[in-house]
Amino acid sequence: MRNSHRVQNIAFFFLFLATLLIVVPVGLIIVIIIQKGLPAISWQFLSDIPRQGMRSGGIFPAIVGTIYLVLGAIIFALPVGLLAAIYLSEYAKDNLLTRMIKLAIVNLAGVPSVVYGLFGLALFVVFFKFGVSVLSGSLTLGIMILPIIITTSREALESVPHSFREVSLSLGASKWQTIRHIVLPNAIPGILTGTILGLGRAAGETAPILFTVAAFYLPQLPKSIFEQAMALPYHLYVISTQVPNVDEKVRYGTALVLLTLVLLMNLLAIIIRYQFRKKKRW
Amino acid sequence: MRKIKEFIIEKLILLCGIASIFFVVLIFLFLLKEGLAVFKTVSPFHFLCGKNWYPISEPAQLGILPLILGSLLVTFGAAIISVPIGVACAVYIAEIAPVKIKEALKSGIELLAAIPSVVLGFIGMVTLVPWVKNVFNLPTGLTALSGSIMLAFMAMPTIVSIAEDALYSIPKTYKEGALALGATQWQAIWRVMLPAASSGILAAVMLGIGRVIGETMAVMMITGNAAVIPQSILAPVRTLTATIAAEMGEAVVGSEHYFALFAIGIVLFIISFAINVTADLALHRRQE
Repeated sequence: MRNSHRVQNIAFFFLFLATLLIVVPVGLIIVIIIQKGLPAISWQFLSDIPRQGMRSGGIFPAIVGTIYLVLGAIIFALPVGLLAAIYLSEYAKDNLLTRMIKLAIVNLAGVPSVVYGLFGLALFVVFFKFGVSVLSGSLTLGIMILPIIITTSREALESVPHSFREVSLSLGASKWQTIRHIVLPNAIPGILTGTILGLGRAAGETAPILFTVAAFYLPQLPKSIFEQAMALPYHLYVISTQVPNVDEKVRYGTALVLLTLVLLMNLLAIIIRYQFRKKKRW
Repeated sequence: MRKIKEFIIEKLILLCGIASIFFVVLIFLFLLKEGLAVFKTVSPFHFLCGKNWYPISEPAQLGILPLILGSLLVTFGAAIISVPIGVACAVYIAEIAPVKIKEALKSGIELLAAIPSVVLGFIGMVTLVPWVKNVFNLPTGLTALSGSIMLAFMAMPTIVSIAEDALYSIPKTYKEGALALGATQWQAIWRVMLPAASSGILAAVMLGIGRVIGETMAVMMITGNAAVIPQSILAPVRTLTATIAAEMGEAVVGSEHYFALFAIGIVLFIISFAINVTADLALHRRQE
């Protein structure tokens, strides 16, 4: 008996150690980036164009480019993803088609990001002749985040109790009216959470935008959706590997801005989820 | 009038529901459309098993064996590190950690999943790569090992969260039964919970590996990008994904090189498809 408790203590100790091995580096990464990146952050860094071959100046075009891309992706992905989620949660029967849709979503989520880049290049840039542009990049990112939006929206819709629908239907409302006026409003916080998570994912991705939109260096903002744009993740890649002798401060600063942008979105999603759970009316 | 509106909306919803299937097929078709052209110049066998990747020499040598081996080596290394640690962490979170710590740990791991790959690549370049170089006394720290360590971190969130789900969904009675028979908590976990959750854990591992194989930016930044057959884990390697990302910018649309990169895309798509279907089957079996 004593022995088996000793085994348990040793086992639990190793499990705890494994957990520390994951959590401590995460903390360290974030602390290092904040510590070394913070001195680089200034109004000038955030609002100026890159200068001297990107060794000084700011990252304004990259920030704006990222925001354009992310908004473009969501404009495309949210309606399609939301309607797909409505289909799966409200209409789909347990048949082969539904099974195939679910499998397709799993596969969309698993396709390597660089393959999305190839696909965007082949379809939007070359086939549709959109060129290397904000439009091509946004659509590519949009398809990439579709599975996130579908999965989270579906969970949100399915968590609305069945009795809500039954009451509405028994009062003579049609199926779509029930969804539109009863189910959707109750699912909005969950849908919002998924959308913001999708935004965060799109903002951080580099591989899908490599050949569909990203400009190496572009000292002005794109004037239309058919132009190239700079983007933060690609910019960080460029100044880390392609441009020699970039001041470490500039690199850490760029990494900090990108990380802040992505983590802020995740934080926002967590807060919305938390508030929603607290106020839940059923 | 209202009936027509209802009809249109329902069809629209059905259409969006099918969109995912449409996109998966579309991705595959466009990869095929651009990639199959390479087999006019090189046979599929020589493409997959050729030992030399010199896409811009005259004549071009388009063998992706070094790239496949590079990807396998890095993935294998990452799996060795991330699977035991990831599963152990999942067990800790699901079974041992007090509720408050549990929530904090889950958020910490979500945080790791949210860090963009290019940021992890950058951090790997400035911290991990010099460390590997010094510890093993190498000419360069840009090696398969550095890639494996960094990728292990990227696979961890997937493995932990899915394995934790799998453990959580095992009925409580299983564990209570074991405890009632006088087993310690650890014995119940080791002999009852882990075997019961095995198919879910397998799915977690598969999806983690899928994440590693598909990862691009971090590997491109820290594995050294040498397209030769790797001799050891301490040598620079080049992966399938990194090859596409690094070379597509220079490949001329419609050239042999361009087609070859799309053909690599086909290989990656098929690998990820196989992994996801297997993982999905494992998850499905658990539910039945």
